[in-house]
Amino acid sequence: MIPSGEHEPGPAQGPGFGAAAAPAGAWAGAPAGASAGGAPAAIELRGISKSFGPVQANKDIDLTVARGSIHGIVGENGAGKSTLMSILYGFYRPDAGTIRIGGREIAITDSQTAIRAGIGMVFQHFKLVPNFTVLENVILGAEDGPWLRGSLARARGELQRLAADYDLQVDPDRTVETLSVGHQQRVEILKALYRRAEILILDEPTGVLTPAEADHLFRILGGLRDQGKTIVLITHKLREIMDITDTVSVMRRGEIVTTMPTRDTSPERLAEAMVGRKVLLDSGRTPAVPGPAVLDLKGLRMVDKDGVERLRGIDLSLRAGEILGLAGVSGNGQSALMEILGGYPEPGAKVEGRLTLNGRPLPLTRTDAGARRDAGIGHIPEDRQAEGLIMDFAAWENTAFGYHDRARYGRGWLMDTAAMRAEAAAWMDQFDVRPRDPDLASRNFSGGNQQKLVVAREIENDPTVLLIGQPTRGVDIGAIEFIHRRIIGLRDAGRAILLVSVELDEIMQLSDRIAVMFDGRIMGERLPGQTDAGELGLLMAGLDPATTAPEDGIPPEVGGPAPPFDPGRDRPSDAGPASPSPSKGII
Amino acid sequence: MDFATVIQILDSAVRLMTPLLLACLAGLFSERSGIFDIGLEGKMLMAAFASAAAAAVTGNVWIGLAAGVAGSAALSLVHGAASITFRGNQLISGVAINFLASGLTVLLGQTWFGLGGRTPALDGAARFAEWQLPFAAQIAPVPVIGPLYADVLSGHTPLVYVALLAVPATWWLLYRTRFGLRLRAVGENPASVDTAGVSVTRLRWTAIAITGLLTGLAGAYLATGLSAGFVKEMSAGRGYIALAALIFANWRPWRALGATFLFGLMEAVANRFPGIDLGPFTVPSMFMNALPYILTVIILAGFIGRATPPRAGGEPYVKES
Amino acid sequence: MTRLPRWADIVLTPLLSLVLAFAISALVILAIGENPWTALTTMVTGALGSSYGWGFTLYYATNFIFTALAVAVASHAGLFNIGAEGQATLGGLGVALVALALPWPHWGLALPAAMIGAALFGAAWAFVPAILQARRGSHIVITTIMFNFIAAALLNYVLVNLMRPVGSMDPASARFPDGTHLPKLTDLAASAGIEWGKNTPANITFLIAVAACALVWLLIWRTRLGYEIRSFGRSERAARYAGISPVRITVVAMLISGALAGLMAVNNVMGEAERLLLNSVEGAGFIGIAVALMGRNHPFGILLAAILFGFLYQGGAELALWTSIPRELITVIQALVILFTGALDNMVRMPLERLWGRR
Repeated sequence: MIPSGEHEPGPAQGPGFGAAAAPAGAWAGAPAGASAGGAPAAIELRGISKSFGPVQANKDIDLTVARGSIHGIVGENGAGKSTLMSILYGFYRPDAGTIRIGGREIAITDSQTAIRAGIGMVFQHFKLVPNFTVLENVILGAEDGPWLRGSLARARGELQRLAADYDLQVDPDRTVETLSVGHQQRVEILKALYRRAEILILDEPTGVLTPAEADHLFRILGGLRDQGKTIVLITHKLREIMDITDTVSVMRRGEIVTTMPTRDTSPERLAEAMVGRKVLLDSGRTPAVPGPAVLDLKGLRMVDKDGVERLRGIDLSLRAGEILGLAGVSGNGQSALMEILGGYPEPGAKVEGRLTLNGRPLPLTRTDAGARRDAGIGHIPEDRQAEGLIMDFAAWENTAFGYHDRARYGRGWLMDTAAMRAEAAAWMDQFDVRPRDPDLASRNFSGGNQQKLVVAREIENDPTVLLIGQPTRGVDIGAIEFIHRRIIGLRDAGRAILLVSVELDEIMQLSDRIAVMFDGRIMGERLPGQTDAGELGLLMAGLDPATTAPEDGIPPEVGGPAPPFDPGRDRPSDAGPASPSPSKGII
Repeated sequence: MDFATVIQILDSAVRLMTPLLLACLAGLFSERSGIFDIGLEGKMLMAAFASAAAAAVTGNVWIGLAAGVAGSAALSLVHGAASITFRGNQLISGVAINFLASGLTVLLGQTWFGLGGRTPALDGAARFAEWQLPFAAQIAPVPVIGPLYADVLSGHTPLVYVALLAVPATWWLLYRTRFGLRLRAVGENPASVDTAGVSVTRLRWTAIAITGLLTGLAGAYLATGLSAGFVKEMSAGRGYIALAALIFANWRPWRALGATFLFGLMEAVANRFPGIDLGPFTVPSMFMNALPYILTVIILAGFIGRATPPRAGGEPYVKES
Repeated sequence: MTRLPRWADIVLTPLLSLVLAFAISALVILAIGENPWTALTTMVTGALGSSYGWGFTLYYATNFIFTALAVAVASHAGLFNIGAEGQATLGGLGVALVALALPWPHWGLALPAAMIGAALFGAAWAFVPAILQARRGSHIVITTIMFNFIAAALLNYVLVNLMRPVGSMDPASARFPDGTHLPKLTDLAASAGIEWGKNTPANITFLIAVAACALVWLLIWRTRLGYEIRSFGRSERAARYAGISPVRITVVAMLISGALAGLMAVNNVMGEAERLLLNSVEGAGFIGIAVALMGRNHPFGILLAAILFGFLYQGGAELALWTSIPRELITVIQALVILFTGALDNMVRMPLERLWGRR
């Protein structure tokens, strides 16, 4: 709706747009008359509300997105962004409100309606069939008739055209599971375009991409906009909003708190609007005073049960009192590395290399995470819901998880449940876990409070080395600040910390040293003060910054990162609790 | 062992393969759509009873067949409600269906016929007649090929040929049609189908309906083709063996034919030679009877081949974004 | 999504499921031309109306407690053990071997020895499916079913070819020595001066079963092993992260499960038949599934559900005796209970949740 000056051709500007300069509050309430002088708005939402039981996920949402623009929606986890987009895509029906697409009011009852209305959606977790070819994935649900042959032939031609028009090259006959994550995302975009989408919604699209891949995606999105498509970008990365969008809305607690032209705002102001108060985007870190090396890893190799080499010779040295940040796009072996260091290499994997802690060798091949804890290596796993906690256990059961054989929980076979409860209550106090109820099942805590339970457990057991995977994924900003401070506190107490995060900002903010992982290797090491996102981005794409220009840092179509469809692993999974599967094995 | 015995055993193997093959393909449709079905056993048993009962009463085997399909379809309906509509545990539902069939068949059988759970013996038009394939008589004298055609392939009841034709039909449906594409997709990643605007629920219900039809045929064959009437627990674990064959076949139709033929052959050999004399000791008949179950365990242990099940199998689909 | 209060979750939903299962059973009885009310009164009088009836009800309940505890322990580890039937069959073999091995002087010596025999054989029969699941990923549901069939064939072979007394045509073992005769509950009552349950098979094993409930409760909710079993059952990945070995837990949980199932044989083989018969388990292994589901895998719930099924079983026998309703009605009821409490759980839960959401 705000055709920014830089982007031509913009849509015709009606008189209603005079409000663009008005304060944000007034903007959100601008009249629906966007069509007054020109093309109708691509999307127009009025008074959309949706609640799940007592939880109001969306509250009286008004939103107008002009045709041929890129609109960003930012907000914290749980602010209601995804619910709103799911309503637009027919996954949920709103309790109240109207939706107009291209000026026409429609009721989006299911995804089919949304698709017919010209809405395409690229989900954060791709909705592809891993063992289908690109072509099969593209036609799925949009076949021309009951027989496949004709559909496949037509789609092949159509894909060629789209690839040429939008710079979206993918081999149509390749099985999706063999493609790199970036290319899988292209398949998702192609799916939408094949269905003649005019509006493209992307939910957190850059979470799995290297910076260069993300830039390439943004160029594609820019091209689509220039051809008149409308794009809605949902993200929590303010940098992306500033870089690519024309207009931006901020959501907080189910409401749109402000909508404005991107050029009129700043990351600080957006962050403030997201949280509802002033935010320090800085963790207050003081320089580290590193001690001697405590953890030494030499020549770590790992071949998984399918014979794929996932770690290809990793050397790491971790000193007391420092945070070593391990950057990289997810799926490049970080999870495998953390699991091996944590004492539980994935079943069937072959591991070789040498690991010492304070000069004493630790076994690499055996699976015994308990022994690793006894040796002094703690671990905050990247997926708290699938690994760090048993979601059905009460908080007090989870604060002993992994340390349950310690003598303080009772000697012999029986466990001292009273001691466990008392300890949990004390830790919940210290880490401000809310609600402060040790008997509450862990799934009933919010993401941030669940993570605090895990952080409390691992820090309070006072490890020599702490492995931390994705400490703030799916965690609200308040809890992020808290967790960051605790991590730095542990470092200042002289502990060694290995931090894995796909959030480059988090890595740059917390680390005293940064190592970049790509395809099972360490591509290089940098000091935070002496590098920038561009250089790290190249390393993350597996390229040598000395010989490559930043914009060429795109991994090949095939190979590189580990197979992304490896069940449940190396993928963000804050979408929901892992349901306890009744089935183990195959039937 | 002479050639005539080999032919006899092969002929018997084809007969014994048929219910396994139909049940295996039934399981294939269900599991390819992401629904585990250990209730094949119960559905077969129910179909066997319903077909035998209807055939006994009407004297018409085709009415029996329809009743058999209806019987297993009813249980499929239960399984669908439990695993699709109410997102319940598919294994438990299967177990319940097996007991339900086991109890109901005897309960109804005893009430209707008073023969201790059996149905009256079937004969004439109440059983399937054997079909001679064209030119069977003419080709029969040709050495090797003649007996193979005339005795092994020809001379079976219609359901045997239905089962054999179901193999290419399943392949074609699965890999050459829109329905097959969607079915395979829904068992791998139901969200892909759902976000494409296709109903996961409807696809899975369709798959379950096909499963009901095929187990119906399997059960009807048991009671009206292989035997002449229903006896208590006559499915005798065939539903489970069909599942093992499905795993062995890696959820593919042509391999299902091979796997079920193997099991059929084993049963045929066990029937022909109840106790095998190996000189110093005799293999007891109990061992031969248990052989299919033992082999199933060995296959499940993955010592032969490696299976990759449909990824979404066993999990109820819950929409999430 | 509204969450139900705890009591509704634990008491109301299984109760409603049970009511549904019984309502449909009543329809089945109507459909075969009998009167459900008469059937119910026949069952209640026959099973609960006299100490004689109770004696049988408790005897059957004892069987079901063991098999249901077996199913429950496995279920806490996320394993669906459908093999209790076969494990109990093998348990019977263990009991028989122990009982026939020595001229036992007193039951007080024979009982612990027979319990060890039963538990060992039951556990051994569970071990193969367990290790195949843990190491090879073979689905334990199918392997345990297969092992039921194999157990039946094995027992058939052993009884016919090895244990059958010379000259006997029965596929059964010799009668156990008198020193293995377990006190019946009626004897215990008589020694306390109460006349109760004359000529009924309920025996001292019932008390062992009740003790087993307490021990299983302790195991699951108070020991480290129980903690690890529950962790593994909820999430295998989390268990690995916490240093809990999936192989160890799978095997240990199944060994305990198999041992519990095997222990059932002390009741039916040693306490009642006093010789090993073909098919002495009579489906109790499967009923254990229904009982465990009904009792929500909790030993106390299992105790109650087992008595309920003991009533059904004894009542079913009475039905077959006094009416023309075959015993298989019980199988149907059992199937319906499994269906409603296990698979159609949400059918009851969803409307309840909606009801609570509206309040």
